[in-house]
Amino acid sequence: MGSNCKHDCLDVSFPATQAQASVGIATLSARLAAHGLPESKADDVKIALAEAINNVVEHAYAGTAPADIQIDCSLCEKKLVIQISDTGSPMPGLRVPSGLLASVDTALQDLPEGGFGWHLIHQLTSDIQYERRGGGNLLCLRFDFDEMP
Amino acid sequence: MGLSSDMTGETQIISVHCDRIDAALAIQFKEDMRAETRTDAKRVVLDLSTVEFIDSSGLGAIVAAMKQLEDGRRLDLAGLRPIVEKVFRLTRMDTVFRLFASLDEAIGAGAD
Repeated sequence: MGSNCKHDCLDVSFPATQAQASVGIATLSARLAAHGLPESKADDVKIALAEAINNVVEHAYAGTAPADIQIDCSLCEKKLVIQISDTGSPMPGLRVPSGLLASVDTALQDLPEGGFGWHLIHQLTSDIQYERRGGGNLLCLRFDFDEMP
Repeated sequence: MGLSSDMTGETQIISVHCDRIDAALAIQFKEDMRAETRTDAKRVVLDLSTVEFIDSSGLGAIVAAMKQLEDGRRLDLAGLRPIVEKVFRLTRMDTVFRLFASLDEAIGAGAD
């Protein structure tokens, strides 16, 4: 990261529960706004971050005692990188799910009620990197933007 | 989780009194909607104007709420904030639901 990137107060850690995740996302969103994340990107970041954290709570820590989720953000010129770490189970096949959306051109009773999460993350981010490292998961979401933070 | 209900003519209006419908609240929301929609109203309008955030679980719960209505009844959505509308648009659910900018607009539009 360049020297003109901001890291201050952009790292948070919280227990992986739905309630704590809601609070954590709200806290981080407010700090990113205060550090100059362009308003036009704020919604995208909030949606993608919520989905990524939900996945950790619901899948990585499924069936285990929930540990912490660590989030580190770096806000640079024209990009925001968010690194999400957990110590839960690996992603299936050690890769990022493709996020294909089930068809909505279907009968009412066949409409999908889930499977939207990765689709949203793919659509809202500029790049996604996943790595299994030291018994944990490391997910990096990058958001590019035109305006200077 | 805080829903209230009113009848306007043939339309039932359900207002959400909560600033988010997310994974923490999705199951409760679906159950509360089931209880609130035990009526004869052919059309239900869900007023989302107080909802500042929705995630995919919340979206799924709204889809489930529509699916649990009997045949011939419909669920329309009103008062979506930009971030909420975006989640519907990116998942193409904006083609499934009728979305109205405000409750007044939804009431004015009627059932068709």
